[in-house]
Amino acid sequence: MAEAVITAAPTEVSDAVNLKARLRSATARSRRNAFLLTAPLLIMLLITFIVPILDMLFRSIDDPIVGQAVPRAAIALEDWDSGAGLPSEEAYAALVADLAALRTGGSDGKALIGRFATRLNFEQPGVRSVITKTARKAPKLKEGPYKDALIKIHKKWGQPEIWAAIQRLSAPYTVVHFLASLDLHYDVEGSIVGQPEMRQVYITIWLRTLYISGLVTLLCILLGYPVAYLLATLPQRTSNLLIILVLLPFWTSLLVRTTSWIVVLGRNGVLLETLAWLGLVGDVDRPQLIYNMTGTIVAMTHILLPFMILPIYSVMRGISPTYMRAARSLGANPARAFYKVYLPQTVPGVGAGSILVFILAMGYYITPALVGGQNGTLISNFIAFHMQKSLNWGFAAALGAILLAGVLGLYWLYDRVVGVSNMKMG
Amino acid sequence: MKRSFTTTAVAAAGLAMLGLSTFGTAQAAESITVVSWGGGYTQSQIKAYHEPFTAETGITIRSEDYNGGLAEVKAQVEAGSVIWDLVDVELSDAVRGCDEGLLETIDHSILPPGDDGTPAKDDFMEGTLFECAVANIVWSTIYAYDKSKLTGAVPKTIADFFDTKKFPGKRGIRKNAKPILEMALMADGVASGDVYDTLSTDAGIDRAFKVLDRIKKDVLWWEAGAQPPQMLADGEVLMTTAYNGRIFNAQVVENKPFVIVWDGQVWDLDLWVIPKGAPNKETALKFIAFSTDTKRNAAQASYISYGPVRKSAAPLVSTHAETGIDMKPHMPTAPENFKNALQNDFEFWADHQDELNERFNAWLAK
Repeated sequence: MAEAVITAAPTEVSDAVNLKARLRSATARSRRNAFLLTAPLLIMLLITFIVPILDMLFRSIDDPIVGQAVPRAAIALEDWDSGAGLPSEEAYAALVADLAALRTGGSDGKALIGRFATRLNFEQPGVRSVITKTARKAPKLKEGPYKDALIKIHKKWGQPEIWAAIQRLSAPYTVVHFLASLDLHYDVEGSIVGQPEMRQVYITIWLRTLYISGLVTLLCILLGYPVAYLLATLPQRTSNLLIILVLLPFWTSLLVRTTSWIVVLGRNGVLLETLAWLGLVGDVDRPQLIYNMTGTIVAMTHILLPFMILPIYSVMRGISPTYMRAARSLGANPARAFYKVYLPQTVPGVGAGSILVFILAMGYYITPALVGGQNGTLISNFIAFHMQKSLNWGFAAALGAILLAGVLGLYWLYDRVVGVSNMKMG
Repeated sequence: MKRSFTTTAVAAAGLAMLGLSTFGTAQAAESITVVSWGGGYTQSQIKAYHEPFTAETGITIRSEDYNGGLAEVKAQVEAGSVIWDLVDVELSDAVRGCDEGLLETIDHSILPPGDDGTPAKDDFMEGTLFECAVANIVWSTIYAYDKSKLTGAVPKTIADFFDTKKFPGKRGIRKNAKPILEMALMADGVASGDVYDTLSTDAGIDRAFKVLDRIKKDVLWWEAGAQPPQMLADGEVLMTTAYNGRIFNAQVVENKPFVIVWDGQVWDLDLWVIPKGAPNKETALKFIAFSTDTKRNAAQASYISYGPVRKSAAPLVSTHAETGIDMKPHMPTAPENFKNALQNDFEFWADHQDELNERFNAWLAK
């Protein structure tokens, strides 16, 4: 018996080991298969979502052009104190050598002059043509003194501002875009100061974006909550019909919905014509309802409303009517029962709807572009402006990075206050 | 079963790739992508350039619309996958794109001489041929009003546009510092020759913005060229700045009661450029030579009221293709329209657009 145990034990053990290994390899295989199945999705996410975001974040600080274009001047300016007058003759000579090398360096060199001039022009308006003009003449400047020669080409070479800009931007990474996003910049001595008042714009736009997003969220709650309540409490057949009325605009193109507001709110639009016909507004001085902040708020509230209604509705559907009945039978009047018993249970839905609407509103672009006019445009419209018109992609990236950080921050705050796990998306 | 599925899949994928690649080469040999501003303008180019070009060479043209600016060209060139062969751009973008190496250089010797035998470099108006760009038309920013909305006096000068006491009502303006600052200064009495000198000083910029302050609360801002005729037709505005061809289209083709005020017009060029690394550069060059010859340059002007850039084409401008009206008085370059005209200074704008647009945006936000 003892012998049998002894002889049997190794096989049992080896069987068990075998089984374990096989089990492990089987689970590993199924895990690998599962991973392979999801791999296309993961790769797609990585390529279309994560990589572009990282690239954008990187672009907001990446600034290699000046260092690449004028490396000698960058070295010569390293120890220059911008507060103490013009740089030395060596810096002038180095810059001439750099520009001459680029100018004679074929099409790549010439393109680099153009990019260098444009880059510097973002910091020092008006220097673009100074650079291109100087670069054209640089190969002909064979001997010093280069200082006088450059100042003769353009008087801006006799002012420290342009040199300070070259010195500051010769580092491969920069925070100037983030400073500019907050209406700040470096002065000639290298300290951070506010932009002159007539060039301050971004703080106003950030505050406006927050204000409009907050207001739209609030309006969506006020309008969406009763609708969701109605949908959740009506008999199935009626509520299904009403749900379609909520979803139909939701499925309609954003552009169509925005332009229909132009038809409704325009100066000769449906609303004002009707009011004029009723004699409520004059024919000449009608209120301006579109192409301003009012238009943006109305159109955005309408477009984002389903994002509020649907989460609230799905939460309300899950609330048993017995709670309200219990509250009533225990003596609460309808208002108190609603406030004490019903409302708290709908908070996760309201929270989910609010965060969804608020985040979408922060990044809203097409609607404010079409109906925003003078004072109804948001930060995204400025990001688009710098992407498409001024081609200052680094700056657009910095604005985008701040927007992203803001949204993530709000999400974090929401998680702390309400808890993401309490959020119900429907 | 499993194997046969894999084999089929591989075979199908291979076939698909084969199909794609043959499709690709077939496309490359026989078509180019030409990008322009859309609307009536692109239509005029299709009629005057694309259709005759296809008829003559058999090369098909894919026409795409865009909204101006170099963003797409820059993105395509930097990503190394250029899909546009030819783009119609504004002058400041042509110069900047060339400076930054985003555009191919164009050898002007490919351009045919004028019909009267003048070599191309003399036949093109001065300042219309560039290292990377060949101009095709002259267009202009003007302002227009709806005459059915006015009784009595009508606006005649650029100053009237900024005078809401004399002509109460909303104004439409392009949401850009260019060229409303120039127009504001001309309205304030600055001679067209002094406009850019004035704008180069802080006092001059302040002066321009002060003029804009007068009408700020009455302005509706537009961005796309199709918007201003629409705003006029809807009665949203009494007068609006606009591209002259768009208003012409509304006047003549759609029979709208619009009137153009030419005083203080700011004229500019549209040019052909080839993005660096364009897939069909040779064909694009062929198209540039074809579309800017005397005959096509003049033919374009019978579809929309943008002026030809070739001197030899100017006398050939005749009547509108659809309505038969005489096109000459509708051209920005017609002598009676050209009396107080300002050429957009691309060098000034290339230098100052960031600063002035920033200030313009700050002014708007206040």
